[in-house]
Amino acid sequence: MNKLIALIPLLPFIGFLINGLGRKYLSKGLIGIIGCGTVLVSFIISLMIFFNGSYSTTPIHYFNFIQAGTLKIPFAFQIDQLSTLFLLIITGVGFLIHVYSTSYMHEEKREHFGRYFSYLNLFVFSMLLLVMGANYVIMFIGWEGVGLCSYLLIGYWFKNTNYNNAANKAFIMNRIGDLGFLLAVFWLFAKLGTANYTEVFANVGKLSSSDIIGITILLFVGATGKSAQIPLYTWLPDAMAGPTPVSALIHAATMVTAGIYMIARSNALYSAAPLTQNIVAIIGAATALLAATIALKQNDIKKVLAYSTVSQLGYMFLALGTGAYVAAVFHVMTHAFFKALLFLGSGSVIHAMSGEQDIRFMGGLKNKLKITYWTFLIGCIAIAGIPPFSGFFSKDAILLSAFEHNKFLYAIGLITAALTAFYMFRLLFITFYGGFRGDEEQRHHVHESPAAMTVPLVILAVFSIIGGFVGVPEVFTHGGEKLAAFLSPVVPSATHHIEHSTEILLMSLTTGIAIIAILIAWMRYRTYKEEKYTAFGKVLENKWYVDELYDTLVSKPINKLGGIANNYFEKLGIDALVNGVGKLVTYGGRQLRWLQSGLVGNYLLLMVLSMLLFFVLEFFLKR
Amino acid sequence: MDIKYYIFLSIALFVIGIVGVLTRRNTIIIFMCIELMLNAVNLLLVSFSKMHHIANVAKDPLAGSDGQLFVFFIMVVAAAEVSVGLAIIVMMFRNTHSIDVNFLNRLKH
Repeated sequence: MNKLIALIPLLPFIGFLINGLGRKYLSKGLIGIIGCGTVLVSFIISLMIFFNGSYSTTPIHYFNFIQAGTLKIPFAFQIDQLSTLFLLIITGVGFLIHVYSTSYMHEEKREHFGRYFSYLNLFVFSMLLLVMGANYVIMFIGWEGVGLCSYLLIGYWFKNTNYNNAANKAFIMNRIGDLGFLLAVFWLFAKLGTANYTEVFANVGKLSSSDIIGITILLFVGATGKSAQIPLYTWLPDAMAGPTPVSALIHAATMVTAGIYMIARSNALYSAAPLTQNIVAIIGAATALLAATIALKQNDIKKVLAYSTVSQLGYMFLALGTGAYVAAVFHVMTHAFFKALLFLGSGSVIHAMSGEQDIRFMGGLKNKLKITYWTFLIGCIAIAGIPPFSGFFSKDAILLSAFEHNKFLYAIGLITAALTAFYMFRLLFITFYGGFRGDEEQRHHVHESPAAMTVPLVILAVFSIIGGFVGVPEVFTHGGEKLAAFLSPVVPSATHHIEHSTEILLMSLTTGIAIIAILIAWMRYRTYKEEKYTAFGKVLENKWYVDELYDTLVSKPINKLGGIANNYFEKLGIDALVNGVGKLVTYGGRQLRWLQSGLVGNYLLLMVLSMLLFFVLEFFLKR
Repeated sequence: MDIKYYIFLSIALFVIGIVGVLTRRNTIIIFMCIELMLNAVNLLLVSFSKMHHIANVAKDPLAGSDGQLFVFFIMVVAAAEVSVGLAIIVMMFRNTHSIDVNFLNRLKH
């Protein structure tokens, strides 16, 4: 079984090597088969692990990754309930998105097609390493790997400078977070001498409270980078420069949830640091609200979804901060289904509209893209949190936990839920209802996508509907929270002390507000009207001017500093030194040139004089 | 005879050679001055060799003979040098119609 487990990440890696090296020689069909097949086999092995119940918290040791003195870092996997769940999400959703990509990317040239699939496979490999590792170092390898793949795939169309800039932005923002993660790992090594999960969590008691707070905050800094939270969230909306399936896989379903996985994994540490928990909850709630407000006024179909992702990630951090780790993981799962569905649906729309992404130029696609429309609608209902779709259960669990923890955070969560429902249905209505607003050429071209794209949509739609039933709250059925029971050996589930009547009341409040928001969206956007510009709307459309703020606060001072360094240190220091050496040699040469007079007599005189000099030195001045 | 007369004669010859090389412009004269310096050294070698031989002949009948051997080597080398040097002077005259060394300043180009 251990060898089989090692195959899970190894297969996508092999796929990466074959597709990457053979991209110029393999046919597109073969590349697609290798790319999808490796992930499919990984998915099957993950399913076997899940159904055999062959998971345990004891790490599977393969070899010593680093061994220096007393420092030992084993290369080991920990296949427990939490990682099994993530394995299923990553390989399952990943497989569907691979299949979708074979059709979506079909117009690419063969070598670029191969490059795309090799990156995608490398991403799956890194992500699997991230969740399977049995210590923070292995997790960090995967952590960096997914960052790299994200960079490569955002800049996939590398001829476009804007896309490259977006890729750079994502990479640099992630690096800031990664530094925090790395420092936390070093801190752990300094205090405990180990980064293995089992040993770290067993020895939490040995750490002083300031150590725990420091480590958890640094880990959280890592999570804000990877999972796009305030203040490092601005890269995610720009990351939509990549191909749409990439946005679905990396920037919605899997990679951005790495931060949630990491904190859920480190729950023993976080539970011991209430201060950090509060920070996590506040940042999460703030991000959820901020991103939701921005999403209200975006006109790019993918940007809306991107901000919605940031907002939903904020929800997950809110859950983590209030100690509801299971609810956060639950939301990761349901979010992976419906957000992958929504992104793939938007990809299908963009495909049909020949690359148009602005919803103002769409409209009326309901009858032309039937499958896409219905699956998109299911995704919207799921994310809006209407029972009994999956989003309802996970969002409800988070809100319940927030209600118990702090009423103010709950209020923010509730407002965000209303905003979420509103902007998602605004997107749906503007895109699919009303009259067609594209040009004539697009009108002729509009067609439903091929089966390779619609089948994943349907499968994801089914999971978006039923995915929530693994976590039905106690109110409805006894023993309905199967996910919490499943994860209980790894992640402690929060116990609720709320009366059932209050819980029902809260649920109906959330649902009611969401339905009202949908109705308002229905009234305003059923038929498309030019949106009126208000001052506040302008602020929202420009994303609260956060990018501009970062530009003035960070980019410009750094550029200025660079300019100063260039003008003074470089030109006056290093250049002067280098040029000075050259000038000195030229000057010296010019001064010595007169020696080379060409007159034999001079040479002879010099020869005799120097001989005399040596003679004098040797016989009279020695001793 | 006392060795110092030989030494003084040798120094005189050598200095005449040096001054001649430094001051004269005629290549043949310079050449002769070089020969003069070589011969000054030869004279010194022979006289020291003889002195050494007289002092040590009781212990070693061949004492000091290596000095005389050196003289032969120097004479052979000087003969070779003369042939090369005269050939150079002939070529120089063919090219410049003069044997003045200052016409050779084109060496620096």
